[in-house]
Parts: sequence; structure tokens; C-alpha cells
Amino acid sequence: IAAVRSTVPGAVTMEKPTEYKDATSYNNFYEFGTDKADPAENAHTLKTRPWTVEVEGLVKKPAKFAIDDLVKLAPQEERIYRLRCVEGWSMVIPWVGYSLARLIEKVEPLGNAKFVEFVSLADPKTMPFVGSRVLDWPYTEGLRMDEAMHPLTLLGFGMYGEVLPNQNGAPVRIVVPWKYGFKSAKSIVKIRVTDRMPPTAWNKAAANEYGFYSNVNPNVDHPRWSQATERRIGEGGGLFAKRTKTLMFNGYEAQVGQLYAGMDLKKNF
Amino acid sequence: MSAAKALLHPAAKPLVFVLSLLPFAWLFYAAATQNLGANPQEHLIRSTGDWTLRFLCLTLAVTPARVVLKLPTLQRFRRMLGLFTYFYVVLHFLSYSWFDQGFDWPEIVKDIAKRPFILVGFAAFLLLTPLAATSFNRAVKALGAKRWQALHRLVYAIALLGILHFFWMRAGKNNFAEVAVYAAILAVLLGWRVKEALRKRASRSPAPPGRDVRTARSVARQESRV
Repeated sequence: IAAVRSTVPGAVTMEKPTEYKDATSYNNFYEFGTDKADPAENAHTLKTRPWTVEVEGLVKKPAKFAIDDLVKLAPQEERIYRLRCVEGWSMVIPWVGYSLARLIEKVEPLGNAKFVEFVSLADPKTMPFVGSRVLDWPYTEGLRMDEAMHPLTLLGFGMYGEVLPNQNGAPVRIVVPWKYGFKSAKSIVKIRVTDRMPPTAWNKAAANEYGFYSNVNPNVDHPRWSQATERRIGEGGGLFAKRTKTLMFNGYEAQVGQLYAGMDLKKNF
Repeated sequence: MSAAKALLHPAAKPLVFVLSLLPFAWLFYAAATQNLGANPQEHLIRSTGDWTLRFLCLTLAVTPARVVLKLPTLQRFRRMLGLFTYFYVVLHFLSYSWFDQGFDWPEIVKDIAKRPFILVGFAAFLLLTPLAATSFNRAVKALGAKRWQALHRLVYAIALLGILHFFWMRAGKNNFAEVAVYAAILAVLLGWRVKEALRKRASRSPAPPGRDVRTARSVARQESRV
């Protein structure tokens, strides 16, 4: 995918990108299995063409986009984001896509629009673990409207200059770099603008462990592990590499901190 | 007969020893050659935990297998398997302390106290320590068979703590398929013991008069205490 380097503030970190091999073989994509190696092994069955993304709900112009039209909706940008998984590991990934705001503006949200819900594909024929009891399928995620409209929130179509590999959420996914990875829904088929906080897959599965906001926050531990540090995948030093300190909002505090001014982030975790 | 003979073969014990070391050898080799995937630290922590559970199941399987298969010589392997359980749990704890916590002991203490699933796993590790420490013959003699046996019954509690540790670790992700496999194996192994104990008690009831009297007296004693 041809793309120009993004000029959005904070969109290009200078950190060394994770190796392509690691970023495409160590994935959480439970529709294809719960082991990190499963998606790379099983996701070849996913058919990414034809594919449509339906945008509906509290918008003036609801629309169904064929994937190839969606790709062309706005200029593709390269953005190099840190990715912090709630499990305590992280990567640096060069994504290709454009701000989700471009799409949302296009459909013209109504005045009472407050949240955006993302629905992933749940096709038991091509996704062998849809139907397992791990999650309530389809996978759904959500953002507050101001989060969804933030220029850093990416509608992603590629990574490492290429089309997204299936295991990374092809053909189109969300990337929200200041939130834990599971907030970034993969292989989305529907975007719904609503006036109430949408139920999200992991919150439904374990509300005490995964909040709606799930902003990366080193000061709020997961009930089963600390979030103060992270393991940067593939970092030099191999087995004995030290964990690195996790940054507030995954290092994007300057860009997104004001979205949460006055909010108790321990309560709204 | 041939199986019993094979178990008594002088090479049998060294063979089991070498086989039990294979997972460790493989992990060591894979770590040295960077073949543990994208997150080798996590891989080591999880694998050593898996192997601890597997050896715990194997150890607990010795007695039922010995009785059911009528192979008393199987007993010769129980201590070694038990010690390998301890070997892998030590590696598990070391991997966690080293790769996850960087040997920051105050942090480790805090982490253990704060997180139920780690606390439970750590408790199982602690409880297993006296069992490993009293596994040699002189310890059995020093303790006396009865006390030694009572101490080593701790293994049942350890098994329950171990499976709870695993269950809790997976609980947040509702991912119980593997947990269920180990739980089922342990349920069979512990259930067999309960059944055996009940059977033994039942077969004792039409006992000779002498024992009857003693039972009655002990019951009476108990009642008078109430």
C-alpha cells in the first residue's frame, strides 16, 4: 500500500519497529484460537474480498462501503505506533491507514451521537474459534465519540507497507495507540454510532479486569498482574532483557491526556 | 510379567531420569538458539508451569497405576517423579522471579501478597518443599513411616492449589479448555484414592469381635466427649 508519512502529532515514534516476523506470529485474535501462535496458523481461511463495512446508527448518511472504496476514502498514511497489550508485552508497529475521523465525518453524526461501536466479523465457517465460549461473539469494541474522532485513532488497512495480514485484522481494523491492544477491533464489518456506552467483548467477559476505557496506565494494575512495566517483544538482550517502564497513555499523554481531564482513571479503568 | 521385568531392568530408572530431563533440555536448547518465539520469557514461565503440573499428575498416577495394573514395581519411580515435579516448580518460580521480576525481591514479595493466583501457586511451591526435602531414605526413617506418610499427604492439597493457580491464571480469559484436562486427570487420580479409602473402610466393617469392641469403645469415647 502506497502511503505518505503521517504529519499527525505523535503519529510517528522513532523507536525501532518490531520485527515483521514477531508482529505477525504473536497475536491475540481469539476468533482463530487462544494461543498466540494460532492466528498465524489458522487465519488463512479468512476471506477479505468481497468485504463491506456498514456504518449506521445516529448518522445523517448511513452507508455500506465496499472495502476497496473504503481504502480510497482518504489518503493512506504511515504511522509508527507503540502497541501495548493488556497482558504486559508491547511492540512498535508501522501501520498504514487514515484517521477514523475521516470516515465518521463522511457519514455526519447527529447531535446526540456519543459513542462509536465496532463489530468484528464472526463467521464460524472461516473463523474456527467463533462459537467457543471464551467470548460472546461477535467481538465488539467501542470508543467515546471524542476518542473515536481523535486524529491518532486509526482506521488501518496495512502494516509494514503491506496489506494487513489476516492474523493482524485484515482487511480493516481500528488502532488506538493509547489503549490496551484489545480495544483495537480487528476485521470489522460494522461501525455503529450510538448515544449509549456500547457493551464490549472483554468487559462482558470479565468486567472487573477489563474496563470500557482500558487506557494504558502504569498506575492501575490488572487484578492479576502489574501494569507498571512491559516486555518489549524482540528487544536486544534476548532472554535477559529487562522489562521497560510503561508510560501513561502508552506515551501519548501529550496528545490525548486532555480527553480525560477530571476523570478518575482508577474508577474508569 | 514382561512389563514387571522391564520395570526392574537396571536401565529403567536411568531411562526415566533422562526422559524426565528432556523437557528441560529442550527448553534450554531452544532458549539458547532463540527458538522460543516472540516472547521467550513468557514461554519459559508457562512451559515450566505446564511441566510441573504434568509431573505432578505422573507422580500421583503411580499408586493407582500400580494397584490397577498389578505392577508393584512401579513404586520404584514415584520418588524420582516427585522430585522432578519439584525440579520443574523451582524452574517455574525462578523463571518468574528472574524474567518477570528481574530478581527484585521486595517487588516479588509484594506481587505474591497482592495477587491471589500467584499466592496460591507460591503456597503450593512452599508446601512441596518439605516433601522434596524428606524424600530420601534417612528422612523416612527419622520421621517414622506414619509421620512421613502424613506429611506427604500434603501432596493432595498441593495438587488442588496447583490446579487453582492454573484455573485462576486462565480465568480472566475464560479459557478453561486446558485447565479442564488437568482438572479431569487430577479428579480421576484423587477420586480413585477416595474410592479406595471408602472401599477399605467398608471391607473392614464386618471385622473380628476384638476390633468391634475397640471401635465401639472409641465411638463411646467420642460420644462422651460431645
